[in-house]
Amino acid sequence: MKRDYLPLLLIPALAAAAFPLVGSWSSWVTLSVAGLAMGLMIFIMASGLTLTFGLMDVLNFGHGAFIAIGAFVAASVMLALGTWMGADSLWLNLAAIGLAILAAMAVSGGLGLAFERVIVRPVYGQHLKQILVTTGGLIVAEQLLKLIWAPDQITLTRPAALRGAILLGDVAIEKYRLLAMAVGLVVFAALTLTLARTRIGLLIRAGVENGEMVESLGYRIRRLFVGVFVVGSALAGLGGAMWGLYQETITAAIGAQVIVLVFIVIIIGGLGSVGGCFVGAILVGLTANYIGFLAPKVALGSNILLMALILLWRPQGLYPVAKR
Amino acid sequence: MKILRSILSDDLPRSRWLTLVLLAILIGLAVAPFAFPGAKSLNVAARICVFIVLAASFDLLLGYTGIVSFAHTMFFGIGAYGVAIALTKLGASWTSVAIGVGSGLALAIVLAVLIGLFSLRLRTIFFAMITLAVASAFAILASQLSDITGGEDGLNYRLPELLRPSFRPWEGMTGRLIDYYIVYGVSLALVLGLLRIVNSPFGSVLMAIRENPFRAEAIGYRTVVYRTLASCIAAAAAALAGALLALWSAQASPDTTLSFDIMVDILLMVVIGGMGTIYGPAIGAVVLVLAQNYLQALLGDRWLLWLGVAFILCVYFFPTGIVGRLRRR
Repeated sequence: MKRDYLPLLLIPALAAAAFPLVGSWSSWVTLSVAGLAMGLMIFIMASGLTLTFGLMDVLNFGHGAFIAIGAFVAASVMLALGTWMGADSLWLNLAAIGLAILAAMAVSGGLGLAFERVIVRPVYGQHLKQILVTTGGLIVAEQLLKLIWAPDQITLTRPAALRGAILLGDVAIEKYRLLAMAVGLVVFAALTLTLARTRIGLLIRAGVENGEMVESLGYRIRRLFVGVFVVGSALAGLGGAMWGLYQETITAAIGAQVIVLVFIVIIIGGLGSVGGCFVGAILVGLTANYIGFLAPKVALGSNILLMALILLWRPQGLYPVAKR
Repeated sequence: MKILRSILSDDLPRSRWLTLVLLAILIGLAVAPFAFPGAKSLNVAARICVFIVLAASFDLLLGYTGIVSFAHTMFFGIGAYGVAIALTKLGASWTSVAIGVGSGLALAIVLAVLIGLFSLRLRTIFFAMITLAVASAFAILASQLSDITGGEDGLNYRLPELLRPSFRPWEGMTGRLIDYYIVYGVSLALVLGLLRIVNSPFGSVLMAIRENPFRAEAIGYRTVVYRTLASCIAAAAAALAGALLALWSAQASPDTTLSFDIMVDILLMVVIGGMGTIYGPAIGAVVLVLAQNYLQALLGDRWLLWLGVAFILCVYFFPTGIVGRLRRR
């Protein structure tokens, strides 16, 4: 199979095009790093959604609920571990964040299991009902969140070690963004390696191509799908936790805010494609930051424009998944 | 009887109970200003009229064409802001109302065509996602461009003199009443118009596309064209509903016209009332607006939770909603 590198070139092209507009070298680097960090966080949240779609043709409009739940669980854990978070050691800080993230992933993964069983399973293959029922699930989940964590917002402060910026010459790079980038790259590497090099990954890829064939070879694609759904929900929880810590305030609407970017990303990338999702997420992150700097009022609109341009070029998204 | 048949486009309620409920709504809303005096109940009645149109136009998409749009509130908001901006900038006259309605309608239709051509060629799931993205971008844009839209606070403006509460042509008649009956009459006409559309040959094509788009295409109907047309009609009706709301409430803000909560309300109305019936969404709108205004105190904060559960159960077990239940007897 010939590799298609054209969409990848879009990323440097976009960054290069933004350079003369931004003007100064140092703010350009800062913006690019911010864009990459934001893009990678969105990628974490979007990857699970695009995989479930690719594998089982299920689009979960309730995905935002897992993002929100991840953010809330992580925030609660971090608040409970206040002494670790306030400590002066980077390792204690990271341990607190790590625990919070694990808790967030566990809770949203568990909820994903329940969500799949109760809400999604009865409507396989019926798109209209899927959209309706998962939206219903989103409504219920958002109300439950308000019930448990009260309607007001939670304010989080990042630990001292992750506050502020590193100065490289006259370029300032926020420390937390580096952490977000590292986590995002690890998730991307883990996902690509799993998909490309393991037996499970092979089955998932085969399932995306032709589910019936995989089933007739004796594999239970249903079980595989539940697994992917749970992992996708857990990743949404992870992304939500990272995003919450990035924003430093968490409201029940956090899922609804981010899910819009997530949808734009998976449309740009091509529904079902992890690689496309990665490229799309970085494009969206960069655009949001460059435009946010140049013309803050139209930032979200610029992402819609980006989506429209890419759909004009490739109507199915950057990397269309073959059969659909 | 024959006249009634042609007014309802030969789409009779086909159930005694449904007929009774619809008659109760029709007459109840007609006599609301006298039967339930008070500013609040009149306001509730006007909102019911507006939301009946909004939900019925959404049903044209969801129930008849089988596509889910999350941008319906965007079109609603465009209609409302069209009138609001025109009345604010051009003064309280009927010409500005006409300009506002006209430009709102035009913008709504242009946007609907653009979104449709971009996303309806592929799969309906694209449409759902893209409308969601576009609508939320629009809502943010509306709250950012505060010079034009008044930002988060929205716009407050004066209505034409005929519609002001202070206008009293004779004893017992006020501008508010005239305003209410304009809202009522236009809403009724719009609902009957939608009923006419879904029962026309065009409506049959939409239902054919809903049942099997591939076969509809094979028979020779360009599904993209029909879906886009349906979404334009729905957008236009939603914009008119928004204009009515703006003419009634003398204010337009992101919360009351563009927010995702309203989109959720519309979904609940259509699904609980009964998709693909036009009558169902009307009943759903009455139930939901009444519940929002009078039951919220009773059920507390959790009522949206229970409605969400009811919504999911409806999709699974009663996909035809209240109307389907009533018709089955």
